[in-house]
Amino acid sequence: MSKILIRGAKVLGGEPQDVLIDGETIAEVGAGLSAEGAEVVEAGGKVLLPGLVDLHTHLREPGREDSETVLTGTRAAASGGYTAVFAMANTFPVADTAGVVEQVWRLGREHGYCDVQPIGAVTVGLEGRKLAELGAMHESAAGVTVFSDDGKCVDDAVIMRRALEYVKAFGGVVAQHAQEPRLTEGAQMNEGVVSAELGLGGWPAVAEESVIARDVLLADHVGSRVHICHLSTAGSVEIVRWAKARGIQVTAEVTPHHLLLTDELVRTYNPVYKVNPPLRTERDVLTLREALADGTIDIVATDHAPHPHEDKDCEWAAAAMGMVGLETALSVVQETMVDTGLLDWAGVADRMSFKPAQIGQATGHGRPVSAGEPANLTLVDTAYRGRVDPAGFASRSRNTPYEGRELPGRVTHTWLRGKATLVDGKLT
Amino acid sequence: MQRHLISAADLTRDDAVLILDTAEEMARVADRPIKKLPTLRGRTIVNLFFEDSTRTRISFEAAEKRLSADVINFTAKGSSVSKGESLKDTAQTLEAMGVDAVVIRHGASGAPYRLANSGWIDAAVINAGDGTHQHPTQALLDAFTVRRRLLGRDAGLGQDLSGKRITIVGDVLHSRVARSNVDLLHTLGAEVTLVAPPTLVPVGVDTWPCTVSYDLDSALPKSDAVMMLRVQRERMNAAFFPTEREYSRRYGLDGDRMARLPEHAIVMHPGPMVRGMEITAEVADSDRCTAVEQVANGVSIRMAVLYLLLGGNEPAQTRTEEK
Repeated sequence: MSKILIRGAKVLGGEPQDVLIDGETIAEVGAGLSAEGAEVVEAGGKVLLPGLVDLHTHLREPGREDSETVLTGTRAAASGGYTAVFAMANTFPVADTAGVVEQVWRLGREHGYCDVQPIGAVTVGLEGRKLAELGAMHESAAGVTVFSDDGKCVDDAVIMRRALEYVKAFGGVVAQHAQEPRLTEGAQMNEGVVSAELGLGGWPAVAEESVIARDVLLADHVGSRVHICHLSTAGSVEIVRWAKARGIQVTAEVTPHHLLLTDELVRTYNPVYKVNPPLRTERDVLTLREALADGTIDIVATDHAPHPHEDKDCEWAAAAMGMVGLETALSVVQETMVDTGLLDWAGVADRMSFKPAQIGQATGHGRPVSAGEPANLTLVDTAYRGRVDPAGFASRSRNTPYEGRELPGRVTHTWLRGKATLVDGKLT
Repeated sequence: MQRHLISAADLTRDDAVLILDTAEEMARVADRPIKKLPTLRGRTIVNLFFEDSTRTRISFEAAEKRLSADVINFTAKGSSVSKGESLKDTAQTLEAMGVDAVVIRHGASGAPYRLANSGWIDAAVINAGDGTHQHPTQALLDAFTVRRRLLGRDAGLGQDLSGKRITIVGDVLHSRVARSNVDLLHTLGAEVTLVAPPTLVPVGVDTWPCTVSYDLDSALPKSDAVMMLRVQRERMNAAFFPTEREYSRRYGLDGDRMARLPEHAIVMHPGPMVRGMEITAEVADSDRCTAVEQVANGVSIRMAVLYLLLGGNEPAQTRTEEK
């Protein structure tokens, strides 16, 4: 088997060390390791992290291959330093049967850029009425453990309760897209000062917070664990903090865009800023950063949502919601969390690899960088600064809100079980 | 003046006064036997209406024709738009036919802004009402009407609306007329009060340059003009208020309420009026109600806007005809 010596890498941001990969595993970590028989990668002070894990990706296949496929999406993931992504269920057909989840899982395996762990729908057709065959999806080759109707909220309290209870039989978790549907009819952006001026339908914070409050109480009542997708408001942080203090099994994710962007950007009416949940206020952004730092929010998840150009090159109301994120996530986290002093690189490894792997039970991912562990690794040039150029994206879609924005950090290498998927910023 | 007219908030006090003064000159054209100026001869303007609006479209069309422009009317119904064509393609198709300005009415807030700022077309864009965002020519014609009635046709020239107290009543939440008027009237120095049930005022209104009241009766004696907004009956089904009758009782303008207004105060309505809902026939037909005048003033204002955006930056050369 081939050997790779990564020389002089700051493992989790610590002192420079050498890391020797032998085959699919990390053989040794230490100073002055022998390069004999190994291909050498000079890290030169770059930061080495465990391969990133994204608990919230839309790969669009099957059904919307015009915006992304498993291949293009996993190439984007490898570019962004990811070695595992969880693919959301809102495809066409919906991933609500063993057949669909196995297909997505298998495509990920075949392409080999990044492990793809399908998320199963909670309800048939994401319609919120009838539980999908959660057990069958779990027992399929895809081994689904995370279930979500993401894109839609499981708003019926009884269905949500049953789902939370049912997945306990096989240690699953329900990931809730918290959005009270009646309060968000016709919603186009965050409800507040800006929506009042722009005359765009408001998406009030309370529509997210009320569902989170209900669901943590339900999880408590039935003794299940619940995961909150893309938490976006200061009020939601308070509720999750309260729930955790009570010992309720709740975890939560925040997207990179909610850590950086605010609803002021909507004044441009440029649909590249249209996303669900919507961009919130400066106060929300700062609260989310603090909550990610103190662990109230457990992880960063991209909610990578590719859309074809025509779905964004139009008037606001007609545009699709969502942003691509896999290839910019780490840079945004460096900008908002590391360069601000809120989180060190060990903290980033925790929020973007260890914890998401743990929540999603991604075997072999989110492991320490130490001997005997699977060689899922990513090397980051943290000194780099540059402007985001969507033309260079591996994703099939270009709907990034960061075009032309200067951001720090660049992933130069990614290894999936010892096999390089990205070398010097180029996909293999 | 800017190249486009998208929002009343984009106008400075001097821009707005120039438009009102120019509109007074334009109004004199309407008194002539031949109601036409050659200003926009050879220019082509398209009225791009994605939403039904007979009165605004006709008003723009009349203004364009009086300025001798070539006019193309485009309505979404029965067009390629109903077959799924995008705003971008529609606009580019029309521009390829050589239009100098696009007057756009669209159901989506921000559509005119996108048209003006996305690099899709080069033509000047005039917002004729977008979603629940803005309707700047409506605000201008309202300000014009207030100035004429309260200051006088000639005495008003060069003047803004400093110190005038204007009360806007009704469905502020869904009203582009209210948003535009708050912006413009504030810029012109007026004091604006919004009166509505709390359900029909947007969250975030507290940053607007106006005061908000839920009580019409206490606002009326302090009003130099009261502007009644149309309330769509379907709002009732969405629980914004319990019944039509309750709305009328609390926020409708009838004869008794009109009597609480100061003697000089006027009653305005952008139309179309829902008689018996926000306004009674007695008030609508009284000589204090300027609804019909507003329609006439709308043509003058739209002439002024088109003239200033497309024709030149100085007031029309009819000033010598002042009597």
